[in-house]
Amino acid sequence: MAEREQIRKPAPTERENENAAAPATSEKSEELKSELDDLLDEIDEVLESNAEDFVKSYIQKGGQ
Amino acid sequence: MAIPKTLGIETEYGITHKGTDDPNPIAASSVLINAYLHDAGYRAESKQPGVHWDFIDETPGIDARGYAPTGAMPPDVETHLVNAVLTNGARYYVDHAHPELSTPECADARSVVLFDRAAELIAAQSMVASEKLLPPGEEIIVYKNNSDGKGSSYGCHENYLVDRSTPFGRIVNHCTAHFITRQIFTGAGKVGAELPGMATNEVDFQLTQRADFFEEEVGLETTLKRPIINTRDEPHADPRKYRRLHVIVGDANCAQVATYLKVGTTALILALTEDDAFTREFTFATPVAALREVSHDLSLRQPLALDDGSTITALEVQWDLLDQAKKYVEDRGTENVGGDVAFDVLIRWEEVLSGLEDDPMSLAGQIDWVAKYRLIGGYRERHGLDWNDARLRAMDIQYSDLRPEKSLSARVGLETIVSDGDARVAMTEPPHDTRAFFRGRCLQRFSDNVVAANWDSMVFDIGTEALRRVPMMEPLRGTEAHVGTLFDECDSAADLLRRLGN
Repeated sequence: MAEREQIRKPAPTERENENAAAPATSEKSEELKSELDDLLDEIDEVLESNAEDFVKSYIQKGGQ
Repeated sequence: MAIPKTLGIETEYGITHKGTDDPNPIAASSVLINAYLHDAGYRAESKQPGVHWDFIDETPGIDARGYAPTGAMPPDVETHLVNAVLTNGARYYVDHAHPELSTPECADARSVVLFDRAAELIAAQSMVASEKLLPPGEEIIVYKNNSDGKGSSYGCHENYLVDRSTPFGRIVNHCTAHFITRQIFTGAGKVGAELPGMATNEVDFQLTQRADFFEEEVGLETTLKRPIINTRDEPHADPRKYRRLHVIVGDANCAQVATYLKVGTTALILALTEDDAFTREFTFATPVAALREVSHDLSLRQPLALDDGSTITALEVQWDLLDQAKKYVEDRGTENVGGDVAFDVLIRWEEVLSGLEDDPMSLAGQIDWVAKYRLIGGYRERHGLDWNDARLRAMDIQYSDLRPEKSLSARVGLETIVSDGDARVAMTEPPHDTRAFFRGRCLQRFSDNVVAANWDSMVFDIGTEALRRVPMMEPLRGTEAHVGTLFDECDSAADLLRRLGN
């Protein structure tokens, strides 16, 4: 049935664009690394200040 | 024969109470839930606000195998702790020293994600509400994870409606293979290990929170000697027609795509099981060992021993299950596995398996263990830390902090399947396509008359001498299509019951 097949195929334009971007792998991994660096900078502010105490005091009773 | 897969998730949350010398998780869980019930406008005048859960039909000790092995300890039903039914049809309660939220019954995987996200928002609102009640300096915090890193575990359980006539042995066979191997995309990730006899740092990082806690292949227990396949036989529905498969082996997921695939793929596997449509079966030589091996193997390529002497990888099993599921849907449609949502589940399942095959780190927006590994691994590299540095374990825990301003999972760019706008509506509005609609509407409109509720019935007080119990033994009856107009037309519970023919 035509409708079913339409739903089953992944969005063709998205896929094609991804493939076109694939060759620049070092660019992409540079991009990813800088994204990760930005993320690590960002989370530094919200991380628990005393990790040892925090981890030690995180105790749970067994559940199901 | 396959029946529509009504499904839902119940999540036990981790809970801490900061700023007190004597933390009591049961008390903290009660404060948390009661704070929400008051804050969200549930009945405020009684000591225990909200409609009470009715335990009359709870039988967690009944075993699907038809017997209880000597020494097996079925879970207790705790009847005296906070236990409320919400207007979205969900149940919010204290269980084994954890706050627990069970989504209402859903008709497809997307709906499960919606109500699971709603549950996260409810937990967040609960924390804000409880802070107003606590002395200054004290805070209750809720985590959506499954272990404390010290050997205690708590679960995220999935529930699936299955045709009663399907032999339980067949369910055991097919689900075991899926539960062992789906860990490659359902795992929430964990720093370290918690296997008895193993040092916690013998494993740097593993795919799942839960695998280390499973010791049996099949069994009734849920709090110790946990089994991959749980045999609890408590359908909360017509027991002649239905079985509820109670799945305890999964992790709680913060990534919506992971939750979506976890329940969406399992629903498909169950439909194939009901229809005996598998053309190939995978029987592992030692399922419990395989469960752990998959969790401990970040390469995703470790060969696992099958009972015929051959080996296979988790990825290979999942590729095969995907192919069989695609063929099933081609032959039999998606009526019993969530309609159009099933087509989308198949597409995403394939995308995720391709990603895991070629470059797992490309799935940092979809899979929790990948997002966590990328974040924590990146932090480790930047600061030159050892894997057992406390800062990394702290990040592992904080990944699942449900406070939006503190949660690490909220910051790593996880893809969403549902909008927060829709999820906020789902905090108080039930699904329209299961019996949760009837339950939710009764609580929205006639909560003063509802004395108690549970999954398969509601008890009303309409001023007559006897209370009136309305059975709800069919999970797909009582939908908006069935009773929507009834609620529009009735202006009292008595009217409703009269019209229902009680």
